[in-house]
Amino acid sequence: MLAKRIIPCLDIKDGRTVKGVNFVDLRDAGDPVELAEIYSKEGADELVFLDISATEQKRKTLADLVFRVAEKVNIPFTVGGGISSVEDVDVLLQNGADKVSINSSAVKNPQLINDLVAKFGSQCIVVAIDAKQIDGEWIVHLVGGKVPTDRKLFEWAKEVEDRGAGEILFTSMDNDGTKDGFANEALAKLSTELNIPIIASGGAGNKQHFTDTFVNGKADAALAASVFHFKEIGIQELKEELKENGIPVRI
Amino acid sequence: MFSRFGLKSIKMKIVIINYGAGNIQSIKFAIKRLGFDAVLTNDVEEIKNADKVIFPGVGEASSAMSKLRDSGLDNLIPNLKQPVLGICLGMQLMCHSSEEGNTKGLGIFDVDVIKFSSKVKVPQIGWNQITNLKSTLFKGIEENEHIYLVHSFYAPLCNETIAECSYEVDYSAALQKDNFYGTQFHPEKSSDVGQRILENFLKM
Repeated sequence: MLAKRIIPCLDIKDGRTVKGVNFVDLRDAGDPVELAEIYSKEGADELVFLDISATEQKRKTLADLVFRVAEKVNIPFTVGGGISSVEDVDVLLQNGADKVSINSSAVKNPQLINDLVAKFGSQCIVVAIDAKQIDGEWIVHLVGGKVPTDRKLFEWAKEVEDRGAGEILFTSMDNDGTKDGFANEALAKLSTELNIPIIASGGAGNKQHFTDTFVNGKADAALAASVFHFKEIGIQELKEELKENGIPVRI
Repeated sequence: MFSRFGLKSIKMKIVIINYGAGNIQSIKFAIKRLGFDAVLTNDVEEIKNADKVIFPGVGEASSAMSKLRDSGLDNLIPNLKQPVLGICLGMQLMCHSSEEGNTKGLGIFDVDVIKFSSKVKVPQIGWNQITNLKSTLFKGIEENEHIYLVHSFYAPLCNETIAECSYEVDYSAALQKDNFYGTQFHPEKSSDVGQRILENFLKM
């Protein structure tokens, strides 16, 4: 049976992990490669690297990082953050990324999704969508959720699927950082209306939240950052609990 | 890890067929983690003379097949005598045909690749289990181990099936005929299980 995936997300700036991490056994807490190896050993199913740097050397630094991660890690990983062209994606995939995630650039230029899918295939194109509710309506936001657009979540998600994206990474800005659980109602609607995998993001605070998002949110995968980085939840124990709750996981 | 199987001392030439179809860096790194170097090449002589041949592939079937034809590899591959491992699209192209782009394949495996229906999410992305393991390719691998897959098309069960997977239907997770092996999953991305499968292949 296809397992539900657990995906730690690492924020990267200038080739280093940004958020403080609480791994005592790390030689270098800022080294994404070392952290990636640890997550991989602990049973993470996939990794996401989100590059938030804005320097001119960004592209090269990120490509170097991707190369170093691919060298060491034997599970799939996705790279996102500021990717806006076919060339950007080409460099990252050539260096060993399995998938890339695009967000703002897809909203600004939806044709980019088609172009990437035509060149690289659906399987490696993830579209990330950040949204929050305004007057009861889920509205797509840009720039890490700061800037509202005129797009509605479910319409945009359908368009993203129609344009050929292989997966959607949905982050609820209403839930992100709250540790109160994922936006399961919206997730379930996405998962039911669309026929591509949906990754839940934003709101993970405890193990039960993961069970809830797989059962109630019908998510195919769940992504979180701080609960893993600060060791509030261990991936192994999380998977044991999911298994006890009857959710298919890889242990 | 590799010294456990005594592989590192064996000198062998491994080639990865490079025909411009997708990410091959990962498979190169996976082989390196096992203590070997692999050469990326589309040179017919170099491929013929290799001890092991890996035939990767990511992307769309008809365009990948036309790239193979452009470099004359479509005639070479089915005639290779050494162990050949097709991965993902590589495996699909080794089949009789693919529904994707209505593509005629290399015809090594006598099975037609078809698409999952819309009853399930397509592509299938993630970790699924392999069962009914029937080859030395899976030596040391237990039934129901998880492997990583990303695909929209699949090879149905057939005489050449050596591992099964279940998603909408039971289908071929791996195929074998003579010296030809194919895995729908990505051993290079399937953690320690995948590493062992790749190692088994290199030991053949």
